[in-house]
Amino acid sequence: MMFNETDSVLLEKIADIKGGEIKGAYNIRKDSGCASRATTENIDIVTKTDKAGIDIIIKPGTKNEVCHIPVIITQTGLTEMVYNDFYIGENADVTIIAGCGIHNCGGEESRHDGLHTFYIGAGARVKYVEKHYGDGDGTGARVMNPQTVAYLSEGAFLQMDTAQIKGIDSTRRDTKIVCGKDAETVVTERLQTHGAQTAESNMEIVLDGDGARGQVISRSVAQDESVQIFYPRMTGNARCFGHVQCDSIIMDSAKISSIPAITANSTEAQLIHEAAIGKIAGDQLLKLQTLGLTEQEAEDRILKGFLA
Amino acid sequence: MLELKNICYSVGSQDTENSIINDISLTVEDGRLIVLTGPNGGGKTTLAKIIMGLVHPTSGRIVWNGQDVTDLGITERAQLGISYGFQQPPRFKGIRVRDLLSIASGKKLLPKAEACSYLTQVGLCANDYLDREVDASLSGGEVKRIEIATILARNSALLILDEPEAGIDLWSFSKLTETFGQLHEKHDSTMIIISHQERIISLADEIIVISGGKISHRGAKDQVLPNILANTYGCCPVMK
Repeated sequence: MMFNETDSVLLEKIADIKGGEIKGAYNIRKDSGCASRATTENIDIVTKTDKAGIDIIIKPGTKNEVCHIPVIITQTGLTEMVYNDFYIGENADVTIIAGCGIHNCGGEESRHDGLHTFYIGAGARVKYVEKHYGDGDGTGARVMNPQTVAYLSEGAFLQMDTAQIKGIDSTRRDTKIVCGKDAETVVTERLQTHGAQTAESNMEIVLDGDGARGQVISRSVAQDESVQIFYPRMTGNARCFGHVQCDSIIMDSAKISSIPAITANSTEAQLIHEAAIGKIAGDQLLKLQTLGLTEQEAEDRILKGFLA
Repeated sequence: MLELKNICYSVGSQDTENSIINDISLTVEDGRLIVLTGPNGGGKTTLAKIIMGLVHPTSGRIVWNGQDVTDLGITERAQLGISYGFQQPPRFKGIRVRDLLSIASGKKLLPKAEACSYLTQVGLCANDYLDREVDASLSGGEVKRIEIATILARNSALLILDEPEAGIDLWSFSKLTETFGQLHEKHDSTMIIISHQERIISLADEIIVISGGKISHRGAKDQVLPNILANTYGCCPVMK
């Protein structure tokens, strides 16, 4: 598979794809078309016929396979809405690496909106990784609005790691995860905004079955004049345990709102939320300076660790 | 060699000036282990911070190995071989013990064996701690020992340690005093330790008592300890 330098930078940033080499099943979407695809015996990828997007079908019992489905946009002014559905068979154990990179060198807005819906079979384990990145020296905005919806059957597990690395001018992320009996989800969200960027994240975790567990870990850094808003919500409808933890570092003239909500509809639901917003602690900077780092190096190292 | 020349530090305005350090001059020869001790609020930590550059003196000069470092920042002093162990070290979300030791050593990623040697010297097992974040999941004593390990990893010519024993259990404290003793025997580093612990005081070549922002006594252990004990209750008629 051959990609130009711009494509390669984006693919490496969002999906760790180096030199066009990918193992396992994959579908690379470029500028609203399919640039390349491969399937395996256990993972099938089918183009939707009624709307833009693909179905990813993973056979029951598939173990230790990785599926890459990155999206890249390199045309200024291109906007798209994509629907990807994932059907994960019972007792499968797979990693899905998604992500979107936008390179905008023009004056018009480039935008990717996507809805990913997961149907995770009983006992299956899924690690879902999604990174967002933007670059290009055009004046046109780079916009991403990802939606993720997941339904976890009995005993299923979903680990969802999302990261917005840099360069996205505006994003609105909507996530809804419904956990059935003994199902568990761990969602880790990392977000860094700078300049005049805005980011909004709405998250709803519904713990529907006895023994369901949910954990949300949100870490964000807002720099310059950027604005971030978080609405993590956890609802317990059964004997379940849920924990929401939001930590943000605020810098410069940025603004952050963190509005967690927990709702218990059962006396057996145990739900906890923690939220903290603050600047980098002065004693952290001083400590790293005493180890030989400059103030700027110390700040960078603290942010790197916080968002790691 | 470290030379402090007429160091003064005060806070507040001219009308309500509060003197914290009042004209302290001191010379510490290379390879010496000095213990600073004295009553709480006497100015020990402030003096130590002034040497590291964490606090800037109102007047006076600090000379390190013949170079006047008074106007240098913390980073520059660290790069000249001065290191400082905080009394209450900060915690870092997302920074692992190994990261902190790597930064301290100046290496991109400190080899496990080397990291292990620093942690062992403070009574911690590398297998249990290397990949742990230096965050609220660690106890105060654990963070304190990791702090001392970072100081050891710096291999500095001048080590300043502010109450290294605080919050550390008896068993680990024993290991720590052994480590300080071994370091001192090598005579590669000059050590200034703020402490109230007799076992650390007993390691010192010289004890300096700081009280009211001044040096009230200085000398060998046998000379100074009796004075400290005699003055423990100060002028309070009830406690006497």
